[in-house]
Amino acid sequence: MLETFGHLPVSWLLFAVLAAAGFVAFFIGRTSAVATAQGSTARLNSQPNYHGYFLAMATIAPAAVILILYSLFGESMVRSQLASELPQRIRDLGTMEMGQYIDRIAENSQRGPGSTTGNALFDAATGRYTSLLGLSRIIAIGLALFGAGVGFFFARRRLSVNFRARARVEDGIKLMLFLCAAIAILTTLGIVASLFFEALRFFARVPVLSFIFGTEWNAQTGADFGAIPLFFGTFMIAFLAMLVAAPIGLLSAIYLSEYASPRFRSIVKPILELLAGIPTVVYGFFALQFVAPLVRSFAVWVNSLPFTPDTLLAAQPTSALAAGLVMGIMIIPFVSSLSDDVINAVPQTLRDGAYAMGATKSETVKQVVMPAALPGVIAALLLAVSRAIGETMIVVMAAGQRAQISPDPTSDLTTITVQIVALLTGDTEFDSAKTLSAFALGFVLFIVTLLFNLIALRVVQKYREKYE
Amino acid sequence: MNSPAPNPETKGTFVTDAALKRLKKRHAAETRFKFYGQFAIAIAVLALIALLVSIISQASSAFQRNMLVFDITLNAEDVAPNGTDDPDAIARNVSGFNLLLQDSLRDQFLPEDADASETRQLFGLFTRLAVLPVAKKTAAHVDMVGTQQTVSVALADDIDLYLKGGVTERKSIDLGQVASARGAIGDGIYVSLAPGTDTSALAEAIGGFQEQSLDDSAPTTLIGIGNTWYSVTGFSSNEIALAYLAGARVAPDPSQGIRALVLAQAEANRTVSDRQIAWTMLLKDEGRIRKAFNSTLFTNADSTYPELAGTAAAIVGSLLTMLVTALLAIPVGIFAAVYLEEFAPKNRMTDLIEVNINNLAAVPSIVFGLLGAAVFINFFGMPRSVPLVGGLVLGLLVLPTVIIASRAALKSVPPSIRTAALGVGASKTQSVFHHVLPLAAPGILTGSIIGMARALGETAPLLLIGMVAFVAEVPDGPTDESTVLPVLIYKWSTGAERAWEPQTAAAIIVLLVFLVLMNLIAIILRRRFERRW
Amino acid sequence: MDGNVEDFVETARNKQALNMAEMTKVDCRHIDVFYDEKQAIYDISMEIQDRAVTAFIGPSGCGKSTFLRCINRMNDTIESASVKGQIIMDGADINDPSIDPVLLRSRVGMVFQKPNPFPKSIYDNIAYGPRIHGLAAGKSELDEIVESSLRKAGLWEEVKDRLAAPGTSLSGGQQQRLCIARAIAVSPEVILMDEPCSALDPIATARIEELIDELRERYCIVIVTHSMQQAARVSQRTAFFHLGKLVEYGDTERIFTNPEDSRTQDYITGRFG
Repeated sequence: MLETFGHLPVSWLLFAVLAAAGFVAFFIGRTSAVATAQGSTARLNSQPNYHGYFLAMATIAPAAVILILYSLFGESMVRSQLASELPQRIRDLGTMEMGQYIDRIAENSQRGPGSTTGNALFDAATGRYTSLLGLSRIIAIGLALFGAGVGFFFARRRLSVNFRARARVEDGIKLMLFLCAAIAILTTLGIVASLFFEALRFFARVPVLSFIFGTEWNAQTGADFGAIPLFFGTFMIAFLAMLVAAPIGLLSAIYLSEYASPRFRSIVKPILELLAGIPTVVYGFFALQFVAPLVRSFAVWVNSLPFTPDTLLAAQPTSALAAGLVMGIMIIPFVSSLSDDVINAVPQTLRDGAYAMGATKSETVKQVVMPAALPGVIAALLLAVSRAIGETMIVVMAAGQRAQISPDPTSDLTTITVQIVALLTGDTEFDSAKTLSAFALGFVLFIVTLLFNLIALRVVQKYREKYE
Repeated sequence: MNSPAPNPETKGTFVTDAALKRLKKRHAAETRFKFYGQFAIAIAVLALIALLVSIISQASSAFQRNMLVFDITLNAEDVAPNGTDDPDAIARNVSGFNLLLQDSLRDQFLPEDADASETRQLFGLFTRLAVLPVAKKTAAHVDMVGTQQTVSVALADDIDLYLKGGVTERKSIDLGQVASARGAIGDGIYVSLAPGTDTSALAEAIGGFQEQSLDDSAPTTLIGIGNTWYSVTGFSSNEIALAYLAGARVAPDPSQGIRALVLAQAEANRTVSDRQIAWTMLLKDEGRIRKAFNSTLFTNADSTYPELAGTAAAIVGSLLTMLVTALLAIPVGIFAAVYLEEFAPKNRMTDLIEVNINNLAAVPSIVFGLLGAAVFINFFGMPRSVPLVGGLVLGLLVLPTVIIASRAALKSVPPSIRTAALGVGASKTQSVFHHVLPLAAPGILTGSIIGMARALGETAPLLLIGMVAFVAEVPDGPTDESTVLPVLIYKWSTGAERAWEPQTAAAIIVLLVFLVLMNLIAIILRRRFERRW
Repeated sequence: MDGNVEDFVETARNKQALNMAEMTKVDCRHIDVFYDEKQAIYDISMEIQDRAVTAFIGPSGCGKSTFLRCINRMNDTIESASVKGQIIMDGADINDPSIDPVLLRSRVGMVFQKPNPFPKSIYDNIAYGPRIHGLAAGKSELDEIVESSLRKAGLWEEVKDRLAAPGTSLSGGQQQRLCIARAIAVSPEVILMDEPCSALDPIATARIEELIDELRERYCIVIVTHSMQQAARVSQRTAFFHLGKLVEYGDTERIFTNPEDSRTQDYITGRFG
């Protein structure tokens, strides 16, 4: 019996049962409301439907909470119970190995009854796992049904002619809406907590200062964790990207908002936005396949010039310059559309003022519009830098893996994001300094981009208030 | 202000020479500034064009590929071992089919005493697993066993690439006819050219390639006469020394045509050998190499062989992931937006949520991957590489986008609608759900689709939750191991063989088609339901 | 710096001085203005006198602001607007393609409905025009222009100690006077004012009106106003606009005491508008 439950795909069944219970509760609530109204539903404080909704809500909510908790924690509880029952020699293997062992058990268990391997211990563990899972499911379902029953019972007792069912239902809806909004907070908390605690564990092994100020990075071998080369690579590539994106994005925003005819604008703006819609992995491919070879041959050409030393540029097959150029292209629409917004927010009266003084269009733009839009433009550039720092796929594919500090843009540099991907791709154990260093890097990345974003958003807000 | 240069003839008191001089400078600055703007836009547009053109031109060769056609009897003892007629057993018998086709090639091209290297080269024309579709087709029609059938298999990636003009640069030259030939197949053959023709074109082509080449390796020249191919060991102005390479073992006859094929790179520097090229040319002459639409790209799951790899599993994986993402992000996003826009009291908690959502929208996507790895996989013990976890991570990632878009849509509904509903005695909740939300629905939907499009193209966070695993089967459900399109693109782009490049570009096209479709739907929705208040 | 520009301005001045009495500064002939297909001004002809204040009055939407903006070609900045007809100023048609609007506007200043100081310091606001037109040879000359402009606008005493403060830090009335000073700084011959007091309180309005009266001695001033009292107070000539047409134009006193057209009569007695 327990084993059968362990094998069943219960989640869909549960959904069905819950929905059915909700429907039944709804109809009971509705009919009893109609009954208490004695033929004139207008006597009721709330429409009969709301009595039904109220009852259904009171029935489903407790069961749903219990089942959500179970789906989050149920399996890990089963696993830890199983782990404590395994023989000592397996428990001695360490968390990582044992975790994988239990993974295999769980996988085997889901194959259904009769999938034996011949290994007695493994098969017994599988059986035990399946029955533990079944037991946990029965307990969870029992608790859920009990919760639903209790909810139904108490809610049923409150129904009466004067019961303000609609107000209660609306309170429930508002609570649900609030919880949805709170998920955004929970996400941030989750990010901060996971990054922070994993980073703390990392810093328990590697001193903070040697991480932030160290210049040697060999995380794959678990030897050196000095992140300066990574920071250098990140900012170098972001800088190169901004060299492309800032002038092109700004100038095109100015042209589009001040010079272009509405027709031209309506054609070019979507084209620029198209650049923003292209997935970063596509940019990465473009950088790797087309731009990196171009950069390399350019570097080779520069080296071959008679007045340059032959080893002036590194001319690597992947390079910071290739990644930076393509990232710059990716960021152009970001800069241009944000700047476009702030430029358009500059009141027309200021422009009129300048024109009336006899200023030309470019003088108006350079001396009146841009100074007025400056805070907004700076904020847009900050957001763009933050985007460049956090961009992953382009640098993973086209920037390289070598942690080095080199001012030569044609050399291959590595970045924070590249290292996070390199450290966490493939089978990873969660306890090594190598893996934890990825979280420490992620923490740095999060803090830096958060600072940029906070400042930028604040400036933008101030700016908007000024002109609204 | 695009005013023409002032004309001194018609000047009134407005223009003096000095003012004109100064004005000229100012107008030059104006023109210059305008040009900068046009230049910037031109660069951006050119970058987009370069990106699209380079990818489309790469991809175009991947949508077509070369198939090798066999006219062959599917002997029962080869394809249906032990006389079985069980379709499953036949479908699984890849090696049987493989041997059958390999033998047929060997019988045609190699003598009994061929060495292992030659045999390996010949069998390298197609990969073992390429016969899988043939085996499956046979299994589906068991009555095909024992009968003569025409079957085709995909050529190996390098051969395919060669036929599409890749691998090495080449030049075909017509050298006229054989005047006379001496020597024997085993020892070397000397062919004199017909009067009036000479080898100057050949020498010129070789010289040309040699000049371009970076190293000093000499270009290779192959000569085809009749059904036999030779490699050139030397030549004078009207005589060529040849060594037998492949094809019919007969000495050339006078008046047969001579085709020369000059390959820019030496054999050691390419992935396709001289013999393989010769065989390919012979098969082509027989009409046994056909171009076909590369349906594998859409029907197969991933493979380690480029010619067998397809996007089917990744497309299904992407759809499953998007399903989870949509189920999380769209309802939660809309409800959160409704709360913030319609119900939230003006207090610090609401401010906090607002600032938080705006910031969350700008958090690098990879950080969400770290969240998924630490919380969903490590803390909650969810499995790696599954669409469920991928969908949850992407759902949280696009949640702020959906919230912001939905709020904008709600904001655009004029307050008069709300007051009208409240005025007839509806509660706040009723006014929102009965009147405001339906009016904002098109905007919300558009925003949601754009959010989903962003999630569809997202790669980095999925790498961290193990969706980069090699998945050779189409996933059945959201808890099956799978990969998604952008991750597949990333993986293919790191493949070592050249054939992965067009393959990757083709997968990008598939992804872009999906994105274009989603955006088109969003645009159409916006056009159709756009309401101006 | 081109000293010649001053000569150029001076010649124009001298020319005006010679036939000062009843001189026509701006002569508008058959002006039509369209916004895309829609006609906003219908065949208006009028002569605007120098060294006098001309007021444009009329109900809102009657085209008085649109017409005002024709005089310094501000309508050029509106994509959909097109102007037909001739506006002769000092013997040249300002709508002629050979006339540069930039140069035109340096001689026809404008003050707007809402004060619109640039987001710069008070000093830079005033110095902006002289700088772009190259009217000052050096720092000291520029200082002089700033001071005299601020004095003419009656703002000098209030701001002389904080010339580096942003222009937006002033009060509304001060901002508007700053804008007037800014317009004066390029030594224009005509100053257009588009409801300059509509955003100001009565005291600030009175201050501006006084200023307009002082400026009349040196400039040709055209003012669009909503308030008939204001028109009566500050102007010597008044034009009444209705539905894009010029209904009546003449001495202010006559218009307000003895209008010829019944529509003018109705408007100034408050029957519509």
